[in-house]
Amino acid sequence: MYSEIIMAGFGGQGVLLIGKMLAYAGMKAGNEVTWMPAYGPEMRGGTCNCTIVMSDKPVGSPITRSPHALIVLNLPSLDKFEASVRPGGVIVVNTSLINRLPRRTDVTVIPVAANEIAQEAGTPKAANMVAFGAYLGATGIADLAVVKDVLADTFASRPKLIGLNQTCLDRGYEIGKACAAQARS
Amino acid sequence: MAKKLMKGCEAIGEAAIHAGCRLFFGYPITPQNEIPEYMSARLPQVGGVFLQAESEVAASNMLYGAAGAGCRVFTSSSSPGISLMAEAISYIAGAELPVVIVNIMRGGPGLGGILPSQSDYFQATKGGGHGDYRVLVLAPSTVQEAADLTQDAFDLADHYRNPVMVVGDGLIGQMMEPVEFKRSISPEELPAKPWATTGCSDRKPNIINSLFLNPEELEAHNWHLHRKYQDMAREIRWESWKLEEPVDVLIVAYGTVARICKTAIDTLRARGVKVGLFRPISLFPYPSEQLSQAVEKAGKVLVTELSTGQMLEDVQAIVAGRKPVSFYGRVGGMVMSPEEIEREVDKLVAS
Repeated sequence: MYSEIIMAGFGGQGVLLIGKMLAYAGMKAGNEVTWMPAYGPEMRGGTCNCTIVMSDKPVGSPITRSPHALIVLNLPSLDKFEASVRPGGVIVVNTSLINRLPRRTDVTVIPVAANEIAQEAGTPKAANMVAFGAYLGATGIADLAVVKDVLADTFASRPKLIGLNQTCLDRGYEIGKACAAQARS
Repeated sequence: MAKKLMKGCEAIGEAAIHAGCRLFFGYPITPQNEIPEYMSARLPQVGGVFLQAESEVAASNMLYGAAGAGCRVFTSSSSPGISLMAEAISYIAGAELPVVIVNIMRGGPGLGGILPSQSDYFQATKGGGHGDYRVLVLAPSTVQEAADLTQDAFDLADHYRNPVMVVGDGLIGQMMEPVEFKRSISPEELPAKPWATTGCSDRKPNIINSLFLNPEELEAHNWHLHRKYQDMAREIRWESWKLEEPVDVLIVAYGTVARICKTAIDTLRARGVKVGLFRPISLFPYPSEQLSQAVEKAGKVLVTELSTGQMLEDVQAIVAGRKPVSFYGRVGGMVMSPEEIEREVDKLVAS
C-alpha cells in the first residue's frame, strides 16, 4: 500500500484537520504516515494545503508533485492541483464552491456538494468532513470506524460536535462509495 | 509509550524534556516557532523555565550562563538567528560547555526566506563563529530521528563538554510523523558536573573562561580542543541504503533530501536502475571512511542538497577524483521532487 494525497482549500475550511485525521487513522491501522502542511507567508483566508503520504513501508518523500488523490474545497485549489493528479487517481471536488468539474478524463471524479450537505446536517463548517468522507468512500484507504475513533479523539474537548461531524462523514462516505462504484461500472 | 503523531519541531521539544533539559532560552523565527511554542507550554508543567529573550544574542548568552552552572539547556532558531548566536557559540566552545542548539534551516543569505534550505552546512560544520572550534552536528531525516538525535545531543554535549547542533530544514520541522520516546531521564538522575560553577563553599573555585592571554596557554588549549574534535570521530553516524550490491549511481544526501531520494530510488530500481543512497547522519564528524568505501563500489556519484553545493565540497575531497561527482541543488526554499532526482540519475546512467 502506498498513497499520496493532497488536500487543499481556503484557510479555515479545515483541510489541515482532515489531513491530520487521515494521518492518525493511517497510523492507527499500523501504516507509516507523513503529514506535511504547505507553509509559507500565508494570510488568514488564503489558500492552504497539506500532503499526506501513507505506506506500509517507511515513507520516503513527504512531498509529491503527482498525488494519487486530490481533495479540493475551493476553485483556486482545483486550478492549481488538477493537472498534477496521477492518471487513474481520484479528485474529490466540493461543488458547493467550485463551479466547474475537473477537465481530466483519466481520473475518477467525485463531485460532492459538501457545504450544502453539511448545512443540512447542522453547519456548513463541517463541509471538510463531507469531502473527507467522500474520499474515504471512494477509495477505502482507511476504515470508516477507525476514522470515527480519530474524529472522537479530535473533538474530545468539544463532544457536542462529534455527532454532527460523524453524520457529515457518513453522508460523504455514501456519496463517495456510490460515485466510485458508478465510475467502475 | 505509544506512538504519537507530532510535528518535527514539537518532537524536538519533547525530546529535550525526556533528556532532562528544563531550560529553554530563545527568540522567535520562522520556521521553528513551534519549538519555543511547545517549550513555553511544556516547561512550566515539568518545573522548568521557558524564557523568550530580547534577542538571539541574549538567548545564546543565557545558554552560556546556564551551561556554566551545570544545567542541561537548549535553544532553537533558524538560519539568521543562528548567525546572531555565532559569537556566543564560539565562546561556549572555547569555554567547553555543553549546550544543544537546533537550527531549522531556511533560505539565505541575509533574511532570505522562510522555506526549507540546507544552506547552513558550511556554517554548522566548519565553524560559524570565530576561532578554531567545531560543534558536533547531527542531521535527522525523520521526525523519529529528530527526537532520538535531540536526546542523544544532550548526552554528547555533556560527554564532550561541547555544543552539539541538530540541523533540520523547514520540512522536518513542519512535518508530522509518528514518534515514540523510548527513554526518559529526570534532571536529578543526570551525572554530576564537578567542573560547573555552582558556588564553591567547600571546594576549590571552578573557572569557566575562554580568555587566554598567554599564547602558550592558548596554544595548549587549542590543541586540547583539537584532540577533542578528533575524538568525536567515535560519534560518526551514517546510513547506507540499497548499497549491498555495486551501483551505477551513488546518491549522497542528508536530512529530508535523503528521503526524497529514497522515493526516487524506489522508482528507479523498479525500472532496473542500479542506484543507492549514502546518508551522513553526523555532518561533523563526517563519515568520510564509510563514504569512501561506498564510492569504491559505485560508478558515479551524485550529490544533492538544498544549497548551491556545500556538502559537495566534502564529498569531492573524499572521492578525491576516483569517480566523477555531479551535483543537483535547489535553493531559495524550492525543494526537489523525487522526479527531479530520477531525471538526474537517468542522465548520469545515459552519459
